[in-house]
Amino acid sequence: MKYLAQQAINALQLGSIYALIALGYSMVYGVLTMINFAHGDVFMLGAFFCLLLIAIVPVPFWLALIVVMGATAVLGTLIERFAYRPLRNAPRVSAIITALGCGLVIQNTTLGISPYARPMPHLLDNVTYQFSGITITTLQIIIIGVSVGLMIVLDFLIRKTSFGMAMRAIASDRATVSLLGVPANQVIAVTFALGAALGGAAGLLYGMAYPVVSAAMGITVGWKAFVAAVIGGIGNMRGAVLGAFLLGAVEVMTVAVLPSTYRDLIAYSLLLLILIFKPHGLLGKPALHKA
Amino acid sequence: MSALLETCHLTREFGGLRAIGDLSIAVKRGEILGIIGPNGAGKTTLFNLLTGIYPPSYGDILFDGRSITGLQPSRIARLGMARTFQNIRLFRQLSVLENVRIAYDSGLACSPLDAMLRSPWALLRERESVEASMELLEMFQLGSHVEDRAGDLSYGAQRRLEIVRALALKPTLLLLDEPAAGMNPSEAMQLTDFLRWVHDKFSLTIVLIEHHMQMVMALCDRIEVIEFGVRIAGGKPEDVKADPRVIEAYLGTEGELP
Amino acid sequence: MNMIGMTAWTKSRYLPPVLLVAGLIVTAILPDTGLVNDYLQFVIVSVAINAILCVSLNLVNGWMGEFSVGHAGFMALGAYASAILTVKLFPAAPPALLFPVAVLIGGCVAGLAGIPVGILSFKTRGDYLAIITLAFLMIVKSGLENIPYTGGPRGLLGIPRLTTVAWAYFWCVVTFWVIRNLVYSKYGRGIAAIREDEVAAEAMGVNTRTAKLVAFVTSSFFAGVAGALFAHQLQFINPSAFDILKSTEILVMVYLGGVASLGGSLLGAGGVTILTQCLQPLGTWRMVVLPALLVLLMLFRPGGIMGYRDWNWLKPRISFRPRLEVKADAKQETIP
Repeated sequence: MKYLAQQAINALQLGSIYALIALGYSMVYGVLTMINFAHGDVFMLGAFFCLLLIAIVPVPFWLALIVVMGATAVLGTLIERFAYRPLRNAPRVSAIITALGCGLVIQNTTLGISPYARPMPHLLDNVTYQFSGITITTLQIIIIGVSVGLMIVLDFLIRKTSFGMAMRAIASDRATVSLLGVPANQVIAVTFALGAALGGAAGLLYGMAYPVVSAAMGITVGWKAFVAAVIGGIGNMRGAVLGAFLLGAVEVMTVAVLPSTYRDLIAYSLLLLILIFKPHGLLGKPALHKA
Repeated sequence: MSALLETCHLTREFGGLRAIGDLSIAVKRGEILGIIGPNGAGKTTLFNLLTGIYPPSYGDILFDGRSITGLQPSRIARLGMARTFQNIRLFRQLSVLENVRIAYDSGLACSPLDAMLRSPWALLRERESVEASMELLEMFQLGSHVEDRAGDLSYGAQRRLEIVRALALKPTLLLLDEPAAGMNPSEAMQLTDFLRWVHDKFSLTIVLIEHHMQMVMALCDRIEVIEFGVRIAGGKPEDVKADPRVIEAYLGTEGELP
Repeated sequence: MNMIGMTAWTKSRYLPPVLLVAGLIVTAILPDTGLVNDYLQFVIVSVAINAILCVSLNLVNGWMGEFSVGHAGFMALGAYASAILTVKLFPAAPPALLFPVAVLIGGCVAGLAGIPVGILSFKTRGDYLAIITLAFLMIVKSGLENIPYTGGPRGLLGIPRLTTVAWAYFWCVVTFWVIRNLVYSKYGRGIAAIREDEVAAEAMGVNTRTAKLVAFVTSSFFAGVAGALFAHQLQFINPSAFDILKSTEILVMVYLGGVASLGGSLLGAGGVTILTQCLQPLGTWRMVVLPALLVLLMLFRPGGIMGYRDWNWLKPRISFRPRLEVKADAKQETIP
């Protein structure tokens, strides 16, 4: 029982990081129906930005979080502006290819600058608490707390603000929305910025939790969050969160039972299975059938 | 004359919305049947059901005496039901000849292995397909455009190519979805003569969806009127023209019944 | 047909096979002449292998217009299957006999794996199919990492060097010949029709399921062949050699050379192989250039150099006799 509770905390920790990244994939897919393959690498850069920041000025955790989120938000907007916007009316395949290319450019540039994995310095005093045999650290509380907090903020933004309304409108019908005078380009840019900021935050949190940062993280962790988004139903925010926690739980269980090298195998097999039986994910709605 | 095509209680719903409701019509062998009705009456949905693009929610479709419900669209096409589309759907990037050959090829027996190894058998089929397609294109005076991209043809030639492509399937039944869309009355009357010639030359049965009433009246042996997916009238053109229900349905929307 | 036409036809008919056989003889004696050093031979073999990969991926991504990122996965299956044969099962068999069989089996294993992916493509298109191929790639790679028999993540060592210039040339020619035949056949036109308009293709009697299956199985078969050649060129394979970057490399070749083009595949494979060789001194930074090239291509020339076009000498000739009498007969009857 204690063991299970302990594993549940681990799953929550991993799941909430996945959820932050998965939301970025899902938001972009929602407004542009485009897979932003580069998002995993934005997440990875979030961790590197944090390393860089601490190397220059040792800042407290909260400040680092804000700076990193700002930096990745700028990066996300730049990618959208210069790589994706010119292709918005091109065939869908062109956009996917570009996204894949952008991601690999970011990844390999980082690899060129920092060929080896780097340790992440401590940003916080990590205190371990014991509750009737279950250990939980300050770090875990902060990771889960920050993630859930950010998700609540995002939920509020999407549901209650005019930006959120515009975003949802674009998701349902981009052509008409432009005619109605909604500034589609701005809304899309802000969507990318938001998604990237969440990804950056996830990068920082991941770096703190598993204190090694490497260029391959964009694929090994970032794409896993993409898997989570697809499992939940890409384009659907709640689906992304659900998929992320589900995947987190599955991975933690896998590692508990099998060698950790089976993680990817299990995660991608799960993805394939879900796509076979629920082609649009757990909560996704199929697009209107067009003949 | 026996029925070539029959629908029995054909029903199709889209998310609770009934596009076609309990429709039972029959198409006699060799006739030209017109299907008219206001916009959104479900005419194109009916074609999509007949050709197998959508499965019906309920009901059965009989073609040449056998049930074709649930068959793959390509299977139905090879059984002899060809169609054109309301908004021309040619393979735009491919050549005119390739467009026609794609339809003709579907009737050719040639295994993938034969094709990959270009066996004598496959070569024979290739030759047959080129010759027959060329012959058809020449017949419809598209012979000088065989190498052109289908998307580069003029609007009228694209409409004609779509019909040629459908004929390359060697169909017994031809479904035409608004072939006169975007044409002026005199072009539509030319098309009428053209379609009659095609009908006689290839001994076809034709089902036609059309809004040009003059053309429908001149061309069709019989007319079925549908509104909101339900058949509201049917019969000889002159009877349909006088039917109060039809006039009402049309006056409500277009009011241009001649 | 007049006499001049006939002679031109016969001439051109026998020229290609003669050239191809001559090429085989040249490539067979090339290493012994001492004219080309080992490095140059390595580059030539790489071009041939990449050309096989490129044209086979082009079948799915170019002619069919789908987006598969799983090509490296099929390649891995071919590489491992053939290497297991030559290293583990029959290390003592005469290579001249074993190698062609090993390559064929490598192709068949990859081709078999293409069947489920092809079946999944019946209902799934576009983004979702891309995700499926991505999942396939990751499953193959992480699956291989967990098989101790093939060395797990460390990979298989000590593979005999059996891929000669002549073998690479031979398989390259076979691949191009088969894919050319396929593309200019009923199935190839059906595959192109799926790209243009899947619904219209079905309505015109194209069995899109068969066509998709043929495309995926053929494509993955030749990816497996290329993988087998690759394994016996490098003499060492590990799962991370077949990651997303390998797929990207092939994607760059396809979209640089030109989609739906045999000649483009040749150009793309040659260009990218030579480019990567030239960029060797850059080390890791080399891996920035290829994806960046891909992005620039998409932004400025999405069709590649030869998109949807081909050189005439690569197209098969079909002779046909126009029936002039029909023309005359139709003219009186048809309405313009």
